[in-house]
Amino acid sequence: MHELAITQSVVDMVAERTDGRQVGLVRLEVGMLSGVVPDAMEFCYELIISGTPLEGSTLVIEQTQGAARCRSCGQDFALNDLILLCPCGSAEVELTAGRELRVVSVELVVEPCA
Amino acid sequence: MCLTCGCGNADDVRLVTLDAQGQQYHHQHHAADHQHHDHSRDHDHHHDHGQDGGKLSGSVQRHDPGTENLIIGEAILAKNDRLAQHNRDWFAQRGITALNLMSSPGSGKTSLLERTIAELGTAHPVCVIEGDQETTFDSERIQRAGARAVQINTGAGCHLDAPMVQKAAAALDPDPGSWLFIENVGNLVCPALFDVGERAKVVIISVTEGQDKPLKYPHMFSVADLVIVNKTDLLPYVDFDIKTFSSYTYSLNRAADIMPMSAKNGDGLADWYAWLQKSVSAP
Repeated sequence: MHELAITQSVVDMVAERTDGRQVGLVRLEVGMLSGVVPDAMEFCYELIISGTPLEGSTLVIEQTQGAARCRSCGQDFALNDLILLCPCGSAEVELTAGRELRVVSVELVVEPCA
Repeated sequence: MCLTCGCGNADDVRLVTLDAQGQQYHHQHHAADHQHHDHSRDHDHHHDHGQDGGKLSGSVQRHDPGTENLIIGEAILAKNDRLAQHNRDWFAQRGITALNLMSSPGSGKTSLLERTIAELGTAHPVCVIEGDQETTFDSERIQRAGARAVQINTGAGCHLDAPMVQKAAAALDPDPGSWLFIENVGNLVCPALFDVGERAKVVIISVTEGQDKPLKYPHMFSVADLVIVNKTDLLPYVDFDIKTFSSYTYSLNRAADIMPMSAKNGDGLADWYAWLQKSVSAP
């Protein structure tokens, strides 16, 4: 259940970067080949944000597709798993996308002036 | 759960060193760097709308009335990765070769280390960081084999991370030129994602686990530098074809070295020792 640790890292980073301000939304990029399950992150997020400036915020996870480039034929192609095989039959394949694990941005709540 | 170390709870992670008689010394975990567990910050909201008040780190954009968009653009594991690089530099400065050993529980990691210590330990200093959820059984075994060890008990945690290894390495203080074996928590999933500052990742699988493990746990096998296939003395009794296993592993990771071995009867150990020597001289 590494999603708990990874989601905790997200909350930790956002709390550090936003200086205690109220956070309304956190946007992540999670690659489909990253080994991290978005549903599990969402479950953990709800547990972790309680009592933090992120409490009540929404987690938005944008999943990026896996992609690879074949060094033999030069083709770029979609990759749905970690088996590095080009449709041309070559295994000289380089992963180009799908392993992202990134905090993209956050939305901070702006309180109206008194 | 611990905010940096990924354990079930920061207070659950325990570092235990043993003296020569096996007496245990318990260290407080991360005592200095756990102030981040305190979320009870003052919520002094800034009213300089649209402006970075000097404390926000990122670029702030007005988004719509009532919100500001703060661009962060940082890897989720950036903090762990920075600490892992710190560990890597620390090891390099001391000529320590750190190897991260990962496998399912019961694949024979500790048995392989016991044998390695017995056969190489006098010629080359060896130290071990043992990761398990509970008990000091493995660090006691390592100590009986003749090497110094420190035990990390992760409590509910399922993997070691860079801060845990940093703390354990400092407690162990390996001699310059040592091999430092980091025996991760037995788990073929979670440890794959966490850099601890090792020079190489060694994945150990035993033939009783089945030849299909690379396809079932692709993340672990895709990051391995070396894959040891242990317990080959049991091959006559199980359906495990090393050629099939190797083809599955190579489909994920063409660069991996695959090394059949029996830590029990000694088959393949010469290859392991040669690989260790090569890992020391590798850049």
